Amino acid sequence: MFEFVVGSPLNIVLILGAVLVAAALLIWVERRVLGFLNERLGPNRVGPWGIAQSLADVGKLITKEDWVPPFADKLPFIVAPIIVPVVMLLSFAVIPIAPGVGIMDLNIGLLWVLAMAGLGSYSAMLGGLASNNKFSLLGGLRAAGQMISYEVFMGISILGIVILSDSFNLREIVEAQHKHGWFVFPQFIGFIVFVIAGLAETKRWPFDLAEGESEIISGFNTEYSGMKFGLFFVGEYIGMLLLSALIPVLFFGGWYAPFGLELPNAIISGIFWMCAKTGCWIFFFILVRAALVRPRYDQLMNYGWLVMLPLSLLNLLVTGAVVLAQGN
Amino acid sequence: MINFLCKQLYIIWSQLVTLWLVFTHIFKKADTVEYPDQMPYMFPRWRGRIILSRDPDGEERCVACNLCAVACPVDCIALQKTEDENGRWYPEFFRINFSRCIMCGFCEEACPTHAIQLTPDFEMAEYVRQDMVWEKEDMLISGTGKYHDYNFYKIAGKAIGGKGKGEARNELPPIDRRSLLP
Repeated sequence: MFEFVVGSPLNIVLILGAVLVAAALLIWVERRVLGFLNERLGPNRVGPWGIAQSLADVGKLITKEDWVPPFADKLPFIVAPIIVPVVMLLSFAVIPIAPGVGIMDLNIGLLWVLAMAGLGSYSAMLGGLASNNKFSLLGGLRAAGQMISYEVFMGISILGIVILSDSFNLREIVEAQHKHGWFVFPQFIGFIVFVIAGLAETKRWPFDLAEGESEIISGFNTEYSGMKFGLFFVGEYIGMLLLSALIPVLFFGGWYAPFGLELPNAIISGIFWMCAKTGCWIFFFILVRAALVRPRYDQLMNYGWLVMLPLSLLNLLVTGAVVLAQGN
Repeated sequence: MINFLCKQLYIIWSQLVTLWLVFTHIFKKADTVEYPDQMPYMFPRWRGRIILSRDPDGEERCVACNLCAVACPVDCIALQKTEDENGRWYPEFFRINFSRCIMCGFCEEACPTHAIQLTPDFEMAEYVRQDMVWEKEDMLISGTGKYHDYNFYKIAGKAIGGKGKGEARNELPPIDRRSLLP
């Protein structure tokens, strides 16, 4: 019960706790790093370096009135914010963190992540529709269009990896990278498409059209306040964490150390390198938020269907052809 | 087609350059001044809290001419003129409603005696709205403010107790026009 085997209660508790704490901390980390990137300081008042800022934020959100607007469609309005964090946490179940550290060892791990991402788009859609507000509706529509179209190339872009590693199982994908080297190099186009599609999937900057505060107030969560808004908020950060953990697993060798910099214990080394790689990607996404501007909605759609889809299909085609030619 | 590709590559390149430039800013020193811990340097000409100054002899400079109240665009100054036994004019009350004041400094420019002056102090928050109304006793300082030597009654031609006509600085005694007859 208390050993590091995939799916042991110890693992479940530790991973769930770590993900929730990390997601809460990310709220602070993002604001702080954004501050440094903008030559500001960011929140540094609560606790040492402002580290307790998230606690203060959560305290504020919990003590706010849990208000449902009288014109809203009650049931979907309440269900919508619950979907995001649940779905994102479920996706985390298949992320392999180190040998023996993980919650599920699914043979269809990659499909599981994609399926959960697909379910996640319901929350924005339902929230936008149920709010019964023009701006929410616009945000919900945008979220639906954006997430459903970018899911397509997100799926196709990682099929190249499935061909190379011969498996949908995330652990086997990591093992395959240990054998053949990181998949970024053979799958560079797939990698680019995956990062962009993943950004759009988490509705993070610069693809925050569903929220688009300068255009449609706050998009699909305009009418949300208190802990319902908090759930959307935390869900978004868990999504960012998930994406940042998925990219190393798929393209950067997962828990295996680069350049042979292994630590003595395999599990500790695995956890350390996984966290380090995830942290780098989190920083990159914050940097992207600080640097890039939001495209127009038609530009987003054009870019997706006219550039990303052909690119990912081409990548799939070439990968398949090369593997076929080599294999026989 | 080639053109299109070149344009797309250029766009991607410009995005990468943007990312790099923003990244370099993480190593730069933050511009933030952490205000309550670290007081900013306030320039002497900053238009902040309004004071009433005294002349070098320690008398009130204000002569209650009402020019500041006229100049005030938000009508936040109220005062009433009165006179002492020497014939000096001074305000009976002088009241500024700082919840209306916009710190424009027009009153300072309008003042003929350098009495009303704006200072670099900007920390004027109050918990009770009524406390935003400042009386003369609250605003009158014991010093001369920005103009150390200026003394209106020593320069102006008005006769007051202890200073007759023609005794002001740079002033000649009044001429008896009848003595100029040919």
